[in-house]
Amino acid sequence: MTTHALPEGLSQQEIDAEIAKAQTASHPPHHPPRDYPPYRSSHFRHPKQPPIPVRDPEAVELTGPVFGVTDVTTLDHDLTRQHQGEPLGERITVSGRVLDRAGRPVRHQLVELWQANASGRYAHQLDQHRAPLDPNFTGFGRCLTGDDGSYSFTTIKPGAYPWRNHVNAWRPAHIHFSLFGTAFNQRLVTQMYFPGDPLFPYDPVLRAVTDHAARERLVAAYDHERSVPEWSLGYRWDVVLDGPAATLFEPGSRPAEEEVR
Amino acid sequence: MTPRPHTPSQTVGPFFGYALPFPGGGDIAPAGHADTITLHGHVHDGAGQPVPDAIIEIWQADPRGSLSGAPGSMRRDPVTGRGIGRDGVEFTGFGRVPTDADGHWAARTLAPGPHHDGAVPYLSLAVFARGLLHHLFTRVYLPEHADALARDPSLATLTPERRATLLARRERDALYRFDIRLQGEDETVFLDFPYAPRPLGDVRG
Repeated sequence: MTTHALPEGLSQQEIDAEIAKAQTASHPPHHPPRDYPPYRSSHFRHPKQPPIPVRDPEAVELTGPVFGVTDVTTLDHDLTRQHQGEPLGERITVSGRVLDRAGRPVRHQLVELWQANASGRYAHQLDQHRAPLDPNFTGFGRCLTGDDGSYSFTTIKPGAYPWRNHVNAWRPAHIHFSLFGTAFNQRLVTQMYFPGDPLFPYDPVLRAVTDHAARERLVAAYDHERSVPEWSLGYRWDVVLDGPAATLFEPGSRPAEEEVR
Repeated sequence: MTPRPHTPSQTVGPFFGYALPFPGGGDIAPAGHADTITLHGHVHDGAGQPVPDAIIEIWQADPRGSLSGAPGSMRRDPVTGRGIGRDGVEFTGFGRVPTDADGHWAARTLAPGPHHDGAVPYLSLAVFARGLLHHLFTRVYLPEHADALARDPSLATLTPERRATLLARRERDALYRFDIRLQGEDETVFLDFPYAPRPLGDVRG
């Protein structure tokens, strides 16, 4: 068997230096800056002009699409039951709530997720990582949130995988999430990570969130109460959507009392 | 009340193609509707290269200006679990299309109506791509509304050249072109929707 030639490019040490440099620059501390040199794909793909602020209280973006029972099937939230056999890997559940910044649940909205398999390989032709595909795992699921904003998925823990951002670049295990709020401008696509991953310090995608506390909000918590005996390990991850929900502006409106978990 | 700190964005990455696109994602207009328009274009990066791994979402009012939308954009067959497209009747107002290998996308829809008295109609677009750590919002205005757009106070700070990046170009009857340039010359105008008032410092989680 031949080994792959390592891609030419920056070393991890050089990327680390860029991460440290970006850390000292002034960025909005919560969302990552779109211009983030350690993530090399951002180089030609970030706008140079600042976004134009729109303060129109009747903007179309303060409303958003709706989804319903016809958009999901009852099996869509279980990624381990989409094929004839069981996927390989560590069976997990990932559950939590989707909230707005006032702490109100985002009800009956669409949550989508996709991920690599247990070996760190995506069911995507362009993923050339030489790890096995799993014929019993595609790695895509969706569900609608409940009345309390809750969602739950059963899946397997994805593997870490190499990528060609720099030499010896590895992505920590993560699950991609796509979330809708009540307003289109609350739209969020993000990634959920697993606690204690040793790859965190090396990963320019995660480190693009330069604020430590904000980065922590991308890491799920292991929750023993949510583990199912003889079956699956439980992870808890709540999501808070940014952006003004239309109702956040309503004069005299008060956010619902935070529900006790 | 102190707003909760929100969850940060992360890139959609390159491998969303088996997950996010759905059958009929660009077929927003009810099947066979006589007023269907096609909106299409390329996504380019700052080096002028096509972006083959972008995905664009569209949200818009219906022709009467209603923003209530409807479920059913991504209907699934409850028997097989496969995507079966819209029902051909409801106007959901939402679409999602990935770019192809040439960075091209297309959607078939109905022109939006004014969403309130005096509003200039537009389609709202969210752009996701590998390399974008945080998605981008922009808008498509149809050329017949160019004059009204020039008077729109919410975009009054734009020069005419920059404002023109938000205008689709009519190529022929019912066919409109809207290119998205992520960076560089003729960079598309992207939008932000700040709070009013801006929240005070976030609580550290």
